[in-house]
Amino acid sequence: MHPEKKSSYDNLSRNLSLTVITVSFAPLILVGGLLFHQFRSIYTEKVFAHLAEVVDKHAANINTFLQDKLIEVQYISRTSSFEYLTAPGHLEKALRGMQQQYGRIFVDLGIVDSKGRQVAYAGPFSLYGADYSGADWFRNSKERDAIISDVFEGLRQSPHFIISISQGQGEDRWTLRATIDFLSFSYLVRNLHIGQTGFAYIVNSGGVYQTRPKDKRNQDLELTPRRELTRPESLAGVSIYESFDAEGDDYITVSAPIKGGDWELIYQQKASDAFSAMTRTEFVALIVFLIGGMGIVAMALIISRKLVLRFQAIDQESELMSKQIVETGKLAAIGELAAGIAHEINNPVAIMIEEAGWVGDLMEDEGRELPSYAEIRRALTQVGNQGRRCKDITHKLLSFARQTDSRVIEMSVPDFIREVVEISMQQARFAQVEFALDLDESMPRISASATELQQVLLNLVNNAIQAMEPEGGKLSISCTMEDGQAVIAVGDTGPGIPAANLGRIFDPFFTTKPVGKGSGLGLSICFGIIHQMGGDIDVESTVGVGTRFTIRLPMPSPSWQPETRQENRDD
Amino acid sequence: MTDATVLIVDDERGFVETMAKRLEKRNMTVFQAFNGDEAMVRLADHPNIQVVILDMKMPGKDGLVVLQEIKEAYPLVEVIMLTGHATVPSAVEGIQHGAFDYLMKPCSFEDLNQKIAEAVELKNEREEEAVEARLSNIAGRMG
Repeated sequence: MHPEKKSSYDNLSRNLSLTVITVSFAPLILVGGLLFHQFRSIYTEKVFAHLAEVVDKHAANINTFLQDKLIEVQYISRTSSFEYLTAPGHLEKALRGMQQQYGRIFVDLGIVDSKGRQVAYAGPFSLYGADYSGADWFRNSKERDAIISDVFEGLRQSPHFIISISQGQGEDRWTLRATIDFLSFSYLVRNLHIGQTGFAYIVNSGGVYQTRPKDKRNQDLELTPRRELTRPESLAGVSIYESFDAEGDDYITVSAPIKGGDWELIYQQKASDAFSAMTRTEFVALIVFLIGGMGIVAMALIISRKLVLRFQAIDQESELMSKQIVETGKLAAIGELAAGIAHEINNPVAIMIEEAGWVGDLMEDEGRELPSYAEIRRALTQVGNQGRRCKDITHKLLSFARQTDSRVIEMSVPDFIREVVEISMQQARFAQVEFALDLDESMPRISASATELQQVLLNLVNNAIQAMEPEGGKLSISCTMEDGQAVIAVGDTGPGIPAANLGRIFDPFFTTKPVGKGSGLGLSICFGIIHQMGGDIDVESTVGVGTRFTIRLPMPSPSWQPETRQENRDD
Repeated sequence: MTDATVLIVDDERGFVETMAKRLEKRNMTVFQAFNGDEAMVRLADHPNIQVVILDMKMPGKDGLVVLQEIKEAYPLVEVIMLTGHATVPSAVEGIQHGAFDYLMKPCSFEDLNQKIAEAVELKNEREEEAVEARLSNIAGRMG
């Protein structure tokens, strides 16, 4: 294979595979990307909406909880007087009642007078007489009747917050203070857990933690807000941020205001955790996409390779064909050349033979006394023989390169046979061969190359005549229609062909004639011509009885136009 | 009286001359011509020519044309064709135009001799027939 050609095939193969791959991938990537993007945005929205909803619900829960506790404390302070509550044992009783009613959420109760002194106390700590005049909540309670404080450690050195209800004016103002169990409050926040990293806490407006996240890891979580994400419109006050921690991990922060905006419930989760389901789905989709893609690429490569191989084969075939055509043309040219040369050689050879003959004639008359007479005779005979050899060679050449006229014409088979018989009549007469013709005059005309068919028939007739020499015999030729075919039979009453030779008589160069008499090409040329016409030739022979050749030619349908073999080489 | 009176027509001078010598050796009267026109002249000059040996391939007038002319002017003269190669069509045409037979060049001298003898024989037969016919014609008219 030509290297340049090879690379062009490689290019073709590459272009084919690239085209197939591009065409296959473009819609896949477009649709895939669109779906991917859609899925992503929808899923993200859904996750955010869900988080916002959860946080909102929890914020509402916490609000309700605080509100309930406030109302419960309010109830005690409304239904009991300062005097009643400061009387010994009453406050304990109230605390016990509340704990029985609502569980151990209330840790203790206290009554604080207008100066900030605790004048009554019920609970686990000994805080009777404690001075709250400096406490934030107490200072605030001067302006507001109901207060829920921030979480602080205060006197008891443990985080808690208080609910205080104040009544009265000036000197008579007193405050009922209840401490809320921090653990049970924290629980409200802590049970807001989603996934592996989601946790919630509360900070006040100053950013001070009101609850501690349960997880030790996140004790010192410092987040840098990066951007605010879309606020769910349905949930007022809930905002969603994306933020980083110190290690660069992505976090989602959802916050909702509680306690009238004093506090904020903040929920945080690693983004990777929140979107783990999406990531997993995307991963699976990507794997499928990759495997599919590899399949497409492999198929494209294989198919293009196969196609190109097929092209190569076709190209090679056509190359071979054109080579054959060139070869055939060359052969034809050589044949014509040979024919021309043979023609030209014929004349000088003829003259040489005649001259030798003439010398022979003269020797007969005048040279009989020459001492070398016999030798001269021998030499002359040799010249004659060699001349005849030349003749045989030129004739063989000419019959090979015979410029046959393969124009297809319509012809009548009986007329055509009579014509051939006329040509062979002389030869037959000297061989004492009689013709016996049985021609079906009514058979339709056939379309064939007259000269080629003539060559075939002449060959068969000559063979038959030569086979019957010198005793003579009967040469029967018949033509008829059989199964839609024209059948021409040539039979003789010669010695027949031995069975051993019967299979070989159509082989080229097979001859039973003595050397120099036959070229062994006649029958093989006949065979070739008849097969080229789409016909058939076969032989049956019985030794001692005779031989019979049968030619079958296809009859053209009336519509058939002979145009395939319009090849006139006479010009 | 020679065995036969022959005219050889061929453009190959050497061939014609040698052939003529050989045929004369065999007791024939031989005339020579080197092209078609010359052949017609010879025939006109010597009406006793019985057989013409005619080459098919000649420059100028083709053998077939000459054959037709001969047969037209001298129908009783027999013509033996010599072909450089037995091209079947020309041989067939020759036979159809009334040639006696054809031989392939170079032909064996014996074959040619035989053919000339046969042709002369045939010509004599025909002439006898013609004479007889004329005689019977005359006899018929006399009777």
